[in-house]
Amino acid sequence: MMGGSILKISNEQLKDMYLTMLKIRKFETRAMDKFAEGKIPGFVHLYIGEEAVATGACANLRQDDYITSTHRGHGHIIAKGGELNFMMAELFGKETGYCKGKGGSMHIADATKGILGANGIVGAGHNIAVGSGLAIQYKGTDQVCVCFFGDASTNQSTFHEALNLASVWKLPVIFVCENNGYGISVSQARHQAITDVSVRASAYNMPGVTVDGNDVFAVYEAVGEAVSKARKGQGPSLIECKTYRWRGHFEGDPTVYRPAGELEAWIKKDPIPRVEKYFKDNDIMTDEEMKQMNAEFADKSNAPTLESALEDVYSDIVEEGRVR
Amino acid sequence: MRKMTYAEGIKEGMSTKMRQNPDVFLFGEDVGKFGGCFGVSAGMFDEFGEMRVRDTPISEGVIIGAAVGSAACGLRPIAELMFVDFLTVGMDQLVNQAAKMRYMFGGKLNLPMVVRLPSGGGVGAAAQHSQSLEAWVAHVPGLKVVYPSNAQDAFGLMLTAIDDDNPVIFLENKVLYSVKSDVEDEVKPIPFGKATITKEGTDVTIVTYGRQVLDSLSAAETLAKDGISAEVIDIRTLFPLDKQTIFKSLEKTHKVVIVSEEAKRGAFTGEIASVIAEECFFECDAPIKRVGALNTPIAFASGLESYILPNAQDIVVAVKSLFN
Repeated sequence: MMGGSILKISNEQLKDMYLTMLKIRKFETRAMDKFAEGKIPGFVHLYIGEEAVATGACANLRQDDYITSTHRGHGHIIAKGGELNFMMAELFGKETGYCKGKGGSMHIADATKGILGANGIVGAGHNIAVGSGLAIQYKGTDQVCVCFFGDASTNQSTFHEALNLASVWKLPVIFVCENNGYGISVSQARHQAITDVSVRASAYNMPGVTVDGNDVFAVYEAVGEAVSKARKGQGPSLIECKTYRWRGHFEGDPTVYRPAGELEAWIKKDPIPRVEKYFKDNDIMTDEEMKQMNAEFADKSNAPTLESALEDVYSDIVEEGRVR
Repeated sequence: MRKMTYAEGIKEGMSTKMRQNPDVFLFGEDVGKFGGCFGVSAGMFDEFGEMRVRDTPISEGVIIGAAVGSAACGLRPIAELMFVDFLTVGMDQLVNQAAKMRYMFGGKLNLPMVVRLPSGGGVGAAAQHSQSLEAWVAHVPGLKVVYPSNAQDAFGLMLTAIDDDNPVIFLENKVLYSVKSDVEDEVKPIPFGKATITKEGTDVTIVTYGRQVLDSLSAAETLAKDGISAEVIDIRTLFPLDKQTIFKSLEKTHKVVIVSEEAKRGAFTGEIASVIAEECFFECDAPIKRVGALNTPIAFASGLESYILPNAQDIVVAVKSLFN
């Protein structure tokens, strides 16, 4: 029922991928609930339904490889090894969060794990990924950078600039498009005149493929091939993963733009149920164990001190405060 | 002591650091064999090779973005945009990415990058190749902004800029590129936030930077003939700004004229005037005066261009208006 040749993947890796997908789903469900409870300020863009993409792609990566992410970045960060507690605390705006409460949902980064940041600007990660690829090439290592982005970001000028330069310089960047069919409320058919984003690869003379983004093995294999090319200095690839976000663009979006039945059809293609069955069959982790993992830590953490607002603008200069 | 052009000062600053540190490299449009649009990097391609003095496509967004990404991955890039006017094309990468990543990520990431921006009018390049946009970048927390006026400062400030762990905007004046001045045999890094008193005086303080340092010195000569002794302060860095040197001078002269080449509306000179008004008002015995370009785009015809741009005579007129 799942595509690809599973035999190439070790049992241990399978378990890791399943665990990652489940972690993402649980984390996002918790975030959804906590947002509804009013614990999370600002905007939250959830990854529910798209778990197989981040999981399948990052399963090919080492800790010293890099990723760039998007506004819908929780899944990428979890798949690259982000700590759930620090992530949730950041969503809550707490001092124990990944960014000491200064970034929030859209700006989580962890340089020690090669996570170069989620990003609030659609398409900005393309260029940063090219810079990361440039650094790798300059140092002469066999690292790679995976750049995650949505279908709508491929209409930004950054997409063209980045893919062109990555290709002409043969940089080790894997461009992974999560085609979830929408740019906020505008469907793909209304924002671009192509159905497969992967066709754009030919404009840059790089390989471009489209895979079922709800099939974690298909994603794993396609990205794996691109990663091994990139590690050998054979340049970038574009991989399009067709998927769907179950929630709105952000929490609170009433999704009036969706045709009736569309969500239901995609829920039937949920990448997770087979995973859950596997978990239960193999006693890997119970629901209860997962539940305890994050929101409680965030709840108990302190809000950042006001003085901390002045820090971290520069490495060496602290900005002036306000007398009240 | 030796003579060097302003352009050579910049080049020697970059080359000195590149000889010391293999992580430092330069890229941009035509910076390689061609030597840069204004010849600043002439000869560097031959000394350092094409990986370290690298031509890019005409893609300003990814030029700045590649600096961001490669700095985030441990290198110390120097990115050149051919004209500051083209910053508009790469503004997101500078303002939303470079300036904010350290802060958004809770201080956990250094971005040691320099963006070189040839600025200013006076070369008949018309409205899209002549602007002075320093107020835009000085406005953004997270960026440091440097604008040297002579070869020695260009050299010494470049050494500091490359060693800085934060994004540094290095503004260069196109008219000054060919101007020769004295350079010490051994140039030391010049700390940011230290203005220099280019000419001492007792009756009025002229605060300026870049090309207008030369105009201000020439105005001071004219004023001396009329018995007015002008002190000329070259701030050298817009942020951090050396307020104390300005205030100390005002305690002596009690009059100030602030000069830049920017269109006067919303110019950085307004920021300096505000700082004086807020923190040093009682030292002033005359209005705080500003000199800038007219609030028009820069025209092509030389008569129009020189009418629009400020000159030494405008500074003389502004100073004299304080003594009536």
